[in-house]
Amino acid sequence: MHDILTTCVYCGCGCGVYLHEQRGRVVGSSPSRNHPVSRNNLCVKGWHLHEFIHHPSRLKEPLMRKNGRLTPVSWDEAMSYAARELGRVAGESNGSAVGLLSSAKCTNEENYLLQKLARAALHTNNIDHCARL
Amino acid sequence: MAGLATTFGSGAMTNSINEIENAQVILVIGSNTSEAHPQVARRMFTAMDRGARLIVIDPRRTLLARRADIHLAIRPGTDIPLLNAMMRVILDENLADDLFIEMRTENFYGLRDMLFRLDLEEAAGICGVDLARIRAAAQLYGRAQKAVICYCLGITQHVCGTSNVQSIANLAMMTGNVEKEDTGVDPLRGQNNVQGACDMGALPNVFPSYQQVDNDDYREKFERAWNVSLPPKPGLTLMQMTHGGKDGQLKAMFIMGENPVLSDPVISKVEETLDNLEFLLVADIFLTETARRAHVVLPAASFAEKTGTFTNSERRVQMVRQVIPPLGQSRTDADIIMDLSARLGYVMDYESPAEIMEEIAMLAPIYGGMHHDRLENSWGLQWPCWDREHDGTPFLHKYYFTRGRGRFVPAVHEPPAELPDDDYPFLLITGRIYHQYHTGTMSRHSPLLSREAGEALLQLHPEDGRRLGLRSGDMVRMRSRRGEVQVKAQLTETVKTGEVYTTFHFSEMPINLLTISAKDHFSQCPEYKVCAVHLEKV
Repeated sequence: MHDILTTCVYCGCGCGVYLHEQRGRVVGSSPSRNHPVSRNNLCVKGWHLHEFIHHPSRLKEPLMRKNGRLTPVSWDEAMSYAARELGRVAGESNGSAVGLLSSAKCTNEENYLLQKLARAALHTNNIDHCARL
Repeated sequence: MAGLATTFGSGAMTNSINEIENAQVILVIGSNTSEAHPQVARRMFTAMDRGARLIVIDPRRTLLARRADIHLAIRPGTDIPLLNAMMRVILDENLADDLFIEMRTENFYGLRDMLFRLDLEEAAGICGVDLARIRAAAQLYGRAQKAVICYCLGITQHVCGTSNVQSIANLAMMTGNVEKEDTGVDPLRGQNNVQGACDMGALPNVFPSYQQVDNDDYREKFERAWNVSLPPKPGLTLMQMTHGGKDGQLKAMFIMGENPVLSDPVISKVEETLDNLEFLLVADIFLTETARRAHVVLPAASFAEKTGTFTNSERRVQMVRQVIPPLGQSRTDADIIMDLSARLGYVMDYESPAEIMEEIAMLAPIYGGMHHDRLENSWGLQWPCWDREHDGTPFLHKYYFTRGRGRFVPAVHEPPAELPDDDYPFLLITGRIYHQYHTGTMSRHSPLLSREAGEALLQLHPEDGRRLGLRSGDMVRMRSRRGEVQVKAQLTETVKTGEVYTTFHFSEMPINLLTISAKDHFSQCPEYKVCAVHLEKV
């Protein structure tokens, strides 16, 4: 069993939390003793942080709408269709008809990449996230 | 955040979370801290054990309010008259910090003139609070050497949200409660990385580190770094994107890890917008209500399956570490974006998240010293952190405000967009509860959290319950001018008569069918805290 120190993904407090890994599964979570915010303490959401990770309804494969239904497809098929459609709309409208929503759940690095994708690749500043909600 | 940015120059917590336990007076306004930010509430309780006094301004009698020395149960949406009244009392009793005002701020006379015209009795009447209690709160706050104000979405989710924030900043500056340790103005951020998403420029008007897109110098800097020409016009905000409707400007969207169908006001309008898109791409860890409407859904890796950084409410940038490989065929959002970008003909090729952070450090001054190797071996660093030698900044605005001088921006009362009337006699407030989180994408997939709080409840005063013939557990039909839901009643004295409270976590009871799309003119933050509803027993 390994314990790996990471940061909680719920509220803005940012507790240091250990995730317990056993045979490829995350089986538990516990607070970091010396972390400046958590100080050996977690709220009820933090103590149960690991529970959603292996939930059976996690998405495991790309889906594409075919005849009105979302159907499993390969990554390549999903991505080439997505890139074609986004590229087409962005090209036709010079960026103004494409919009992107980023996520306060994703990492800084991913947020950076998404705004770079919007601005540099799709030529639009239509990017926002749920800071106001 | 726009409010603090215009007054202080920087929209973030001025203190660290741990400093709160050293404050002498804590003023909590529009925050249900013990449920939404448990660790911050813990610091408040520690401070109180050490003798600190607590003032809570909240329409509801929350757990924190019950422990407060002074609880001002104002009418929702009357924060400005209340704060103005407090400031007037501070002026009248000579508790203002004249030296601080003179040395560090500007436009104080604008505020003072407005305050001298204020009728205290009238202001107290608008708030529905006894003037003597307002006076006591103002004296307590005004006399403290170290005072902290914590606020949250109860302040910002109003049509006058930005003015609310500016009024809080006025109060803090007027008493000199900003530049020191253990003293400041602390907006509590609701999500683990909402601060980081803002810092990284996932906003329509700024690049990373709040460098405006319509500023030629900043744009040129990014054009050179990214080797591409960039659009100069600020883009659409979230509500402008999701409320475009049939004739909206957008034809295609990429939504990464968000669920606007449940989180945005007036859901029917959001659904109409998304259903009329030519193409909708969603990346998420579960098939959310939004993903169900997409043309392509991509399986994303959860936080346990990737490496990177989050920035918490106190501006602390800290590591997220990979524990297991991505489940099934899922991929990290970074991989998805890079793949998509390459297919669009703009290659972004990074070997690791650490390499992405190197680029961020180069382009975003406040993250200038953030490198993964430094973050790996510490508890993270608080921005601004200008370079590799800088140790980060636990509290902001020491010696001078980010914008130079702090600016007083006087505000006057602006009533909520929709108040109760004969047809819709109750005032609905929405918010969070302890055991659930946001649209429930994560927390509702956690068995224990769902066991503790598995369904939506409508908090309602027992007197109102009696009048409507309701007991706890009865179903209520709740209707606004925009929609209707059914929800279970919970009679409690947490809420005042005439006011009801519920959450937005549950897709079976999508409360945002009812909420109003009125929003703050400046920050575009929707007014989730006030709308009028009608109740009847089912």
